[in-house]
Amino acid sequence: MERNLTFIALFAALIAALGLLPKFTLMSGIPITAQTLGIMLCGTILGARRGALAVVLFLALVAVGLPLLAGGRGGLGVFTTPWAGFLFGFPAAAYVTGLVVEKWRNGNLTLIAGVASLIGGVGVLYAVAIPYYMVGADKGLLEATITMLPFVPGDLIKAVLAGVVTQAIWKARPEAVLSRG
Amino acid sequence: MLALTLPRRTWAHDIQAGWKLGALAIASALLFPVDDLWVLSAALLAVVALHLVSGLDVLRYALWMMKPIVFFAAIIGVYHLATWDVAAGAAIVLRMLLLVALANFVTMTTALDSMIAVIEWLLRPLRRLGVNTHAIGLAIAMVIRFTPALVQKGAALIESWRARSAKRPGWRITIPVCLLALDDAEHVSEALRARGGLTTRNRT
Repeated sequence: MERNLTFIALFAALIAALGLLPKFTLMSGIPITAQTLGIMLCGTILGARRGALAVVLFLALVAVGLPLLAGGRGGLGVFTTPWAGFLFGFPAAAYVTGLVVEKWRNGNLTLIAGVASLIGGVGVLYAVAIPYYMVGADKGLLEATITMLPFVPGDLIKAVLAGVVTQAIWKARPEAVLSRG
Repeated sequence: MLALTLPRRTWAHDIQAGWKLGALAIASALLFPVDDLWVLSAALLAVVALHLVSGLDVLRYALWMMKPIVFFAAIIGVYHLATWDVAAGAAIVLRMLLLVALANFVTMTTALDSMIAVIEWLLRPLRRLGVNTHAIGLAIAMVIRFTPALVQKGAALIESWRARSAKRPGWRITIPVCLLALDDAEHVSEALRARGGLTTRNRT
């Protein structure tokens, strides 16, 4: 119980920290924040339920007015934009990512966590964000998808990195990777 | 870590957080289906007036908080100019600015602890289902405490990377930052257990 709670709380803090750290370039030339990488890692390391709870906790603290989103944003206002579908999609993204890692037991963890992040952190996330944007900004499917297209390459890279980082954590602290416990 | 609340008190601080959040929910629901430019412009003027009544510094702070939204609003605006659909574009942009400004106003004028009190109040029905709401309060406190600590440790890691390498710190820095978070989580859970752990019953 205590361990679950502290892991959930520390990963909520990790999502925030990855968005707030002084800019480090993820890949040369493409400045993207590591915040969604944090969402993916919640799933791959904590597993479905705990991962989703960590994300919900993070979002609750953003909502009450802490500047935890990348770039120091926060407050209720960030939930009322047409792009808020990304935020509302975060818990589902972490849950599905964690579920894939929990169910897919045999094989290379880099591959498993990478594919899980692709399905949850990219697939599920956009499946929530695009319809939300269509309603919020009154756009068609094609236009909404085109608007989001610039973010896709960065998210694909992050899914690959989530795989690599998860494998590295598994090597260093196998007992802390709760999704495999 | 500083919350996004205004650095000084205004008349709006004195209204209970629950009322403000309720009013915000109702106003947002009412404004969302509105397409009429006159109604939206009038509402925006009203929101600006709401800020001005509180002081010029409040309006300036609000504009600062709106900065990232303005960029996206500009994209939508340019798109609609290009497709000669100006009226629809103006309605979308106005509505978006309105909803965000209203929500930000509540954030600016509500102290962090009153917001957390609202969360605790909302969670109360969960107690009946056997959920330990005390644990949720503890988790919130831990995130508030550990986020700046992690950011600080992460920044130190980036500094030491820069001291040793000509290359810029890349994504690899996330691995030690993750390990720091995991180790902190283990230590805190042990410390909690050593002090008797989480009580399963809710404190009254």
